[in-house]
Amino acid sequence: MQTPAPFEYERATSVEGAIAALERLGTEARIIAGGHSLLPMMKLRLASPEHLIDINEITELAYIREQDDEIRIGAMTRHVELLKSELLARRFPHFGDAEAEIADPLVRNRGTIGGSLCQADAAEDLSAVCSAAKAQVVIRGAGGERMVGMDDFHVGPYMTAVGAGEMLTEVRLPVRPGAGSAHEKVERRAGDWAIAAASAALWIDGGKISDVGIALSAVGMTTIHVTRAEELLRGKPPSDGLFAQARVIAAEDCSPSADGRGPIDYKRHLAGVLTQRALRRSTERALKQEA
Amino acid sequence: MHVSTTVNGEQVSGEIEPRQLLVHFLRETLGLTGTHWGCDTSNCGACVVQMDGQPVKSCTVLTAMCEGHEIRTVEALEVDGRLDSIQQGFHERHALQCGFCTPGMLMTARALLDENPDPTDHEIRTAISGSICRCTGYKNIVSAVRWAADHEAAASPQEV
Repeated sequence: MQTPAPFEYERATSVEGAIAALERLGTEARIIAGGHSLLPMMKLRLASPEHLIDINEITELAYIREQDDEIRIGAMTRHVELLKSELLARRFPHFGDAEAEIADPLVRNRGTIGGSLCQADAAEDLSAVCSAAKAQVVIRGAGGERMVGMDDFHVGPYMTAVGAGEMLTEVRLPVRPGAGSAHEKVERRAGDWAIAAASAALWIDGGKISDVGIALSAVGMTTIHVTRAEELLRGKPPSDGLFAQARVIAAEDCSPSADGRGPIDYKRHLAGVLTQRALRRSTERALKQEA
Repeated sequence: MHVSTTVNGEQVSGEIEPRQLLVHFLRETLGLTGTHWGCDTSNCGACVVQMDGQPVKSCTVLTAMCEGHEIRTVEALEVDGRLDSIQQGFHERHALQCGFCTPGMLMTARALLDENPDPTDHEIRTAISGSICRCTGYKNIVSAVRWAADHEAAASPQEV
């Protein structure tokens, strides 16, 4: 029987209340949202916080809306809502691609975007999805809010920029015209972690790629942001030849390790192929929107 | 700590350890052993119950999180000796062998039909993809859910 180590439980009903509890309880307190990453880690005693602050009742943090040329997603938005969102399907369809294959529908009923990002597991899909979309996250503390880009948010494996007395409250995705996005994942069986996954978002303006985001899951210690491929693509007209070059870069710039899911060569190969497919499908979607 | 929640329509309360998981509250504190305790790692789906109508894995929900929420377990399906059509479907289509996964399958399928009364086979398979049947009886389980959907549609023709 797997049982978490003892802890004190506290329920927060507002963001202010959660932050006040974090400040009062100190560094041995952790926020718990859906609990589908933290509770398994606590059962395995990989995490043993002395206090849990439950934010499931902070319903004001569950939303997906468009405001000031941004999609804003509250940290308590559950996977099932991301999957069903028509707004995301229209603006950033790679969310739906990823969500359809994240764990299973039962887990998706509880797990949240904030929890997924704060878990900072390199094999987790939403971090790559948000990185490709050039997301910024809002981190709030007693002193106010600050915005952090995805590259600065993930500071290492299972480590984020969220400091003591702070919590992630929102994810913001800039909305620009001519956008297309796609997430491609290969898993051993339904609901498993990725062997490798690639997320892409690109923006086409006047027949050229004005901007692009590419990120990889499960092929490194952290989510891999493939900046070298992005630089190659920017300013050029989309073509399969170009995407084939991005494929080579993605395979080179990741750093997978061999495990039960496969050897290094195979994972590099997957990272490249999935990057190419994600770019191809992003372009198709961007051009369809433009037409 | 003290917790107060609703289980199968009845208000229940008790003293619990904050670390207690919902599956153990149901089975040990309340004696509702219909909910099965399987893998303990949110993989197998044997422990699925409904929380505010949504199927969730009760091995990965703290009892404390249920304060003020409504929990529904497999025990609530049968009413006055009348099986829920999902249960009847499992009976008609022989959708269980050992029965260990059955309570989770039933609660997952019940939630599916409540939200989507006429699911495709693909939608049924997606809905139960978080539940593992090691007797590998998925074909009959899908058939049973289909039976229940058809049966419920026939029973309420005014909705068509």
